Parts: sequence; C-alpha cells; structure tokens
Amino acid sequence: MPNAVIFDYGVGNLLSLKTALEKAGLTTIIGTAAKDLAKADAIALPGVGSFTAAASKLGAVKETLQAKVNGGTPLLGICLGLQLFFESSEEGPGEGLAFFEGRNVQLPSTVKVPHMGWNTLNIVQANELFDGVAEGTYVYFVHSLYPVPKDKSIIITTTEYGTTFTSAVASRNIYGTQFHPEKSGDMGIRILKNFARTVKR
Amino acid sequence: MPLAKRIIPCLDVDHGKVVKCINFLNPKQAGDPVEMAQRYSDDGADELVFLDITASHEKRDIMRKYVEGVARAINIPFTVGGGIRNVSDARLVLCSGADKVSVNTAAVENPKLITELADVFGRQCVVTAIDAKRNRTPSEDKIMVGTAEGKVWFEVVTYGGRKPTGKDAIAWALEAERLGAGEFLVTSMDRDGTKDGYDIELTRTISERVNVPVIASGGAGIPKHLFDVFTEGKADAALAASIFHYNQYPVPVVKDYLRKMGVTIRT
Repeated sequence: MPNAVIFDYGVGNLLSLKTALEKAGLTTIIGTAAKDLAKADAIALPGVGSFTAAASKLGAVKETLQAKVNGGTPLLGICLGLQLFFESSEEGPGEGLAFFEGRNVQLPSTVKVPHMGWNTLNIVQANELFDGVAEGTYVYFVHSLYPVPKDKSIIITTTEYGTTFTSAVASRNIYGTQFHPEKSGDMGIRILKNFARTVKR
Repeated sequence: MPLAKRIIPCLDVDHGKVVKCINFLNPKQAGDPVEMAQRYSDDGADELVFLDITASHEKRDIMRKYVEGVARAINIPFTVGGGIRNVSDARLVLCSGADKVSVNTAAVENPKLITELADVFGRQCVVTAIDAKRNRTPSEDKIMVGTAEGKVWFEVVTYGGRKPTGKDAIAWALEAERLGAGEFLVTSMDRDGTKDGYDIELTRTISERVNVPVIASGGAGIPKHLFDVFTEGKADAALAASIFHYNQYPVPVVKDYLRKMGVTIRT
C-alpha cells in the first residue's frame, strides 16, 4: 500500500487526518525531516497551525519537498497546507512554498470570522480530486484567510462566504482544499480516496 | 447557499461513559462514547460536544482513551470540555484528536487562559463556554436587556451553575473575544433542562455583538425551539441533549423540519 507522509508543523491534531487517509487506503507516516519526505509516495500538508510558524518549519525541507513534487509525487494541502502553496499571507510574515503565484487574504469583516461550519462547493471545472462529488456538496470549513491565485486556471471549486473565494485548487500532482476533507463526513473520505487513487497510479 | 446552521448533540461523559443523551432503544450501545458518536455522525449531526464531568485523578488517562477512540471513529468535528484548566490539559485533548476545547470556569477565573490557548493552538480551537442566568436587579454597570419579563441582565455563573460571579455575561463575551475566543457556547441556566426553549434574548444579544460563531444551549424541547434560536436568536449553531433521547426527535427529523422551515441545513 502506498504511504502518505503527513508533515508535522508541531501543533495540534494530526490524528483525524491520519485516520482519514488510512480510511482512504494509504498508510501514513508523520514526519518533520527531509529524510521522511524523501521516501514519501504522497505528501500531505495538514491544516493546523499558523502560516508564519509552518512556513518556518517548512523552510528546512523546502528543497526536498519541491524536488519531490516536481518529480511527480502527489501533494495534498489542507486549509493552512493549501495556503502554504502560495507566496505570502496577511496572517503574518513568512515565505510560502510558492508553487503558485498569489497570496492569502483575510475574509471580509462583514461576516463572522472564523468561517466555521458546513458550506457548499461550486465546482468550476472538473478534476479527478472531485470525481463523484456533486455541485453543492457540503464540506467543513474552519479558517480566517483564503488564497487568491493569480492563475485562475488552477481554481477547481469556489465557496460563498461574504465573498466568493477559492475553496480548492489543482495543477498536475498538486491538490489543495481550503476545507477539511478529514472532517467532512463521507464526501470528505471520497475526496481523499480520489487523492489516494492518484498515488497508486 | 450560505453557511449551514449546525445541529450539535451534546454528550455528558463520566469515567469514560456517556451518562446523558442515552438512546434507550439500543441499551447495549448506550453509554459508550465512541459508539454513540458514530451513531450521531451517521444520523447527520454536524458536530459533537463532549462535556467531561469526571472528578478523579485518572481523568486525563480516561479522556485520552475515549477522545482517541472518537477521533478514529468519526470524521466530523468535535469539541471536548469539562475541567480544562491549562495549556497542558488542552494539549492532551487536542493531540488525542479533538478539534476544539471548551473552557468555562477556568477562563472566568483566569481570562488569560483564553489568550494562552489561542496563541498555541489558534483561536479556532478555543470555544469559550458561558453559563448565564437572568438577574432582575437593575444595575448601572450591567448591560440591561429587554425581555418579556422586563429588563434583565445576564450573570455569569460558574461551577456548573452553582456559583454566581456578579460578572455580566455580555461584557464577558466581548472581553473573551478580544482575548482570543474563536467561538462561544452560551448556555442559559434558567432554561437548561426545562425543555421550554432556548433563551432567545441571551443568545441574540451575544450573537449580535461578537464577530465569532455562537452556539446556543439550554432548553431545547421540540424542533421549533431550534428554529426560533436560529432565526430570532441569531445563533450559528444549536446544541441539544435530551431532545435526542428515546429517538423522540432524532437528528434527521429535526433537520428535515428545519429545512422545510427554510433554514439552511447540511444535507
């Protein structure tokens, strides 16, 4: 069975993601070092922590991670993990992985922040990550910022909350969701299974 | 579609067993937090709250075990509260797989706790639970709110409702938000256990003044009570316990009713 290395920024709950990836058919390894990433069949950047702290932790493994991803290893970023695909964040200082041009901005102050709870996906283009996931599917969000990609062609889904924001991106073997598939019930597991299928290929 | 209103069953846990919210139709399963979490999750609950009332020195070990079990069994969010007094208590619960911790008495007695938790885990992990009771004694330094029974202020009570603090619940919510609270769980001690409906004025007053989500709690007896607190009470989520007893109003029945009434509910 292929493995997924879950990168640990050193804060909080990784058990939910670990369990959900296992339900999706991957074995999991929690790792923090370049050598952990080197043997990964897939890599997951989880969604718990702050941009500045996570960017700093990732700094030490940035080259390994970029080399792996450029070599075709599937990468899944969730919430903060997705935000780290971009260059910078209004949340705080730090350099993201810059897989994509763009930055992360605060949700508008006209709505309650964090955006917490179940909201729907508008699917703007088909992608293997969302095979079997219908327009209007509810998924679970907990976040205060969202990414603004410069290249709109990577946007797979959007969601409405005070504004229309990018809730999932994909490009080649790089997938990111602003919501938490590991907390989104059966549909979340479906999305993770779709990710796992790209790993086995 | 806007953000859905959340339906949150609450389970009281003592020594690793659920002591409330028991579904008597299946006595073999009653009482096990993992199995009950699984059932509520299958039923379409949007989130779960566990309130741990264990008072013993083995509490941490007991909590770690069932929180891990629940985290492995379900993949919807859940909060654990009850006796979380410091960062170390919160870390145990969050690293065992809970998504959020709720703090109540400990935060009233040491408000800095909210900031410490938010700094370490992020504010989205920090639910501030406020137990409030109506007080009819007019007071100039309190926020007086008009209700059917005249003007009242809402007093924070701690230790499960046993200790009045003299503190204004609305003012406390505003302070806690500044300190880093990511969400409020507001329980009316006047309504808790009565099945007379949520305290609409309490919920609405807090929800209108803070910019983070508010979970209403205390008093749900019929599905209409949830409708009222979502519409008039402006709650973002409704927590209930006994309404789910005996399968009288299972989660799908409550959700169907709310959907028919035009409330945005997750399908």
